[in-house]
Amino acid sequence: MRRFVRSHATELALLAVIAVICVFLSFATDRFFTLGNAFDLLNTSSVNIIFAVGLLVVLIAGGIDISFAVAASVVQYLTATVLGWIGGGNWIVGFIIAGALGVALGCINAFLIHGFRIISIVATISTFNIFFGLLMFFTGGVSIYNLPDWLTTRVVLFEREMADGTWAEITLPVLIMAICVFATWALITRTTTGRQLYAFGDNPEGARRFGINIGAMQFIAFGWLGLMAGIAGLVQAHYAQEVVPNALYGRELDVLAAVVLGGARLGGGKGSVLGCILGVLLVSITQNGLNLMGVSPFAFKMIVGAIILAAITLSNTSIERLLPFLKSRRVPS
Amino acid sequence: MADQALDGAAPRPLLSLRNVNMTFGGVKALKNVSFEVLPGEVHCLAGENGSGKSTLIKVITGVYKPEAGAEIDYDGQSYPHMSPVTAQASGIQVIWQDLALFPEMTVAENIAFQTVIGRWPRLVNYAEMRRVAINALQRLGVTFDVDLALHHFPIAQRQIVAIARALIGEAKLVFMDEPTASLTQSETDYLLDVVRNLSASGVAVVFVSHRLAEVLEISSRVTVLRDGALVGVYPTKGLTQSRITELMTGKTFDYSVLHRDLSRSPVMLEVKGLSRPGEFDDVSLTVRRGETLGITGLLGAGRTELALTLFGMRKPKSGSVALDGKPVRFGSNRDAIAAGVAYLSEDRLSLGLIQPQAIADNMVIASLDKILSGGFISSDRKRSLVNRWIRDLGVRIGKQDDAISTLSGGNQQRVAIAKWLATDPKLLILDAPTVGVDVGARAGIFDIVSKLADSGLAIILISDEVPEVYFNADRVLHMAQGRIVGEFTPGATTLQAMEEAVYA
Repeated sequence: MRRFVRSHATELALLAVIAVICVFLSFATDRFFTLGNAFDLLNTSSVNIIFAVGLLVVLIAGGIDISFAVAASVVQYLTATVLGWIGGGNWIVGFIIAGALGVALGCINAFLIHGFRIISIVATISTFNIFFGLLMFFTGGVSIYNLPDWLTTRVVLFEREMADGTWAEITLPVLIMAICVFATWALITRTTTGRQLYAFGDNPEGARRFGINIGAMQFIAFGWLGLMAGIAGLVQAHYAQEVVPNALYGRELDVLAAVVLGGARLGGGKGSVLGCILGVLLVSITQNGLNLMGVSPFAFKMIVGAIILAAITLSNTSIERLLPFLKSRRVPS
Repeated sequence: MADQALDGAAPRPLLSLRNVNMTFGGVKALKNVSFEVLPGEVHCLAGENGSGKSTLIKVITGVYKPEAGAEIDYDGQSYPHMSPVTAQASGIQVIWQDLALFPEMTVAENIAFQTVIGRWPRLVNYAEMRRVAINALQRLGVTFDVDLALHHFPIAQRQIVAIARALIGEAKLVFMDEPTASLTQSETDYLLDVVRNLSASGVAVVFVSHRLAEVLEISSRVTVLRDGALVGVYPTKGLTQSRITELMTGKTFDYSVLHRDLSRSPVMLEVKGLSRPGEFDDVSLTVRRGETLGITGLLGAGRTELALTLFGMRKPKSGSVALDGKPVRFGSNRDAIAAGVAYLSEDRLSLGLIQPQAIADNMVIASLDKILSGGFISSDRKRSLVNRWIRDLGVRIGKQDDAISTLSGGNQQRVAIAKWLATDPKLLILDAPTVGVDVGARAGIFDIVSKLADSGLAIILISDEVPEVYFNADRVLHMAQGRIVGEFTPGATTLQAMEEAVYA
């Protein structure tokens, strides 16, 4: 138990913050503590969670990526265009196209970082501008509304009518999110590749001496984020029922903040899928609560920023300081 | 096992090298070196920086290919040269000085990391990892919580983890490069115990260390290299620290205690009843102008904490400090520097010097106000200040603008001392000034210290190596658990008596 607390300090701190916020919102609003609202939260957070678990893999491997959100926009646009050419397609074809395009864009980043030894933040700020610039240039900022029917039809996986006559629904994005989360969890904790990614992020020189293929690590990490970004792009197009070139612009910083909040370390070697999800949920629960409380949307960013700051301070404070009884037994020497 | 090897009929060596030559850019790094390790022995490789120790290790582990004519016999096989793959596959392991561990991963994963290496991705078998790790630790006679992340453990235990990792590859020969450089005395003792267990289980250990006390304690034989050539192989029994130093440097050093009469010299620092709960308690001491006061003691004795308090970086709970007759109470180390206190940090690499910056910039960093001209830094004044210190302290450098990291340990330490002398201190606190400095260069540093004392500076010399304070301080205080428990005058007390008191 003590060891669990020590090794999951960030996750526990986040859970505590989320619990406090939830209790507060349950009393402050009458809508928050309902099944419908909980499902809504999941539906709206799905895209960000998919982005987040992808970014987590890059952070674990010691990199950072600023370009994934606009890459997802590029993927959305290209996928919609290609689907138009081939005359419709279906979900499987859509995912194959979006996933492949996403992986390709991720590999561009990996190639720049590994091939030319450019540090990842500089490489991805460049590709962020290039991707977004190309997209705006070629589309002229025009959105696509004419999407295939299968892509714009809402898929409800579970529904229940509430006492007040509203419907609580879980939709397709949640299932896709769950698959992405499980796949990422399996990759980073259950496969040798995942452990090599952690080792590479933790101590690149140590990893190199073990004969780990450093280039492969970069391509796997950025490729995985590309895959997740491609999938998230398609899911977002489905959710919004349109493709707007700048719809995801700016999303990268929200996701990055949530992932770091969830305990991933800028610098590599540390981070968990659970922390990542909790980080995204904390931000979306806060926004959702502010919404329900009728707070002006102009104040959202400010309050979300303050909550992130508070949560990160709490999780950086050593667990021994917060819970002094844990200190009683030290590591055996 | 090793003793038997020395006395009776010698067993076949596990490793034997002959005629090893290496040249780098026209410089002979190894000249006709031969080297031999017996199964299960602890063998020390001694030599100053640049004597060829690391080159020799790299030849044995296959990193370098020696020139033609070299003969390498290992475990019954002959090789013209090694390759890293053959070396590892046949049980030669190196524990690098920087350990190459993964702090965020668990102990088990660090030890058994080899099991997740491989060409194709597989599922991780955590149970197997734990089993392998626990086995390796058991062989070393230690028990750890293998499920805890490595960063929770102190550096000495991480060393053990690095050794355990080397063992899972069925090691027969383990090289340890300066394993104790960043350890305190008690941590070192712990590590040496592990090395003994390792040797008892039949693994040969080649130990490289600057600390000669350890070399004498742990090894059965010592091979000495100087300037890339073999000086000789000696049984440890009968060797002394000064003898090894002579062999390593080719020079004889005059070890004698200081005899300075300072009874009439005015008191520079007077500390009365200084306490910081949990760190040190009721410390009183005086240092006179021109005096070197040694402070020694084991880990956790509170030496560095005391020094940092005198330097204004920590605030005492009670007690008083007077400098040059005036009571002082420092709010920060800036106050302390202004009042004339200088503190040479124990960790030169990360705290004392800014490694990637130029030598000149490092030297003036604590005294920038002295080289200002019209509010801006004057490069002429900087240059002349730096030249003066380089000359006075005999620092050997290429150019002033070279990065500090290009210098040897001894020269880096001289720059660090110069940095503080440039602030015109009255009191100079030297915390472990010879860590990572060659024996030959140590003497040079203590020459400087002695000259500084003669020029009227009051000096506090902190070291956990008793001989160092014995031969270089006028008086020595012994600290243990935050208190001063003894005072010695070198000469009046023997070195042996002092060592017994401190290491007891």
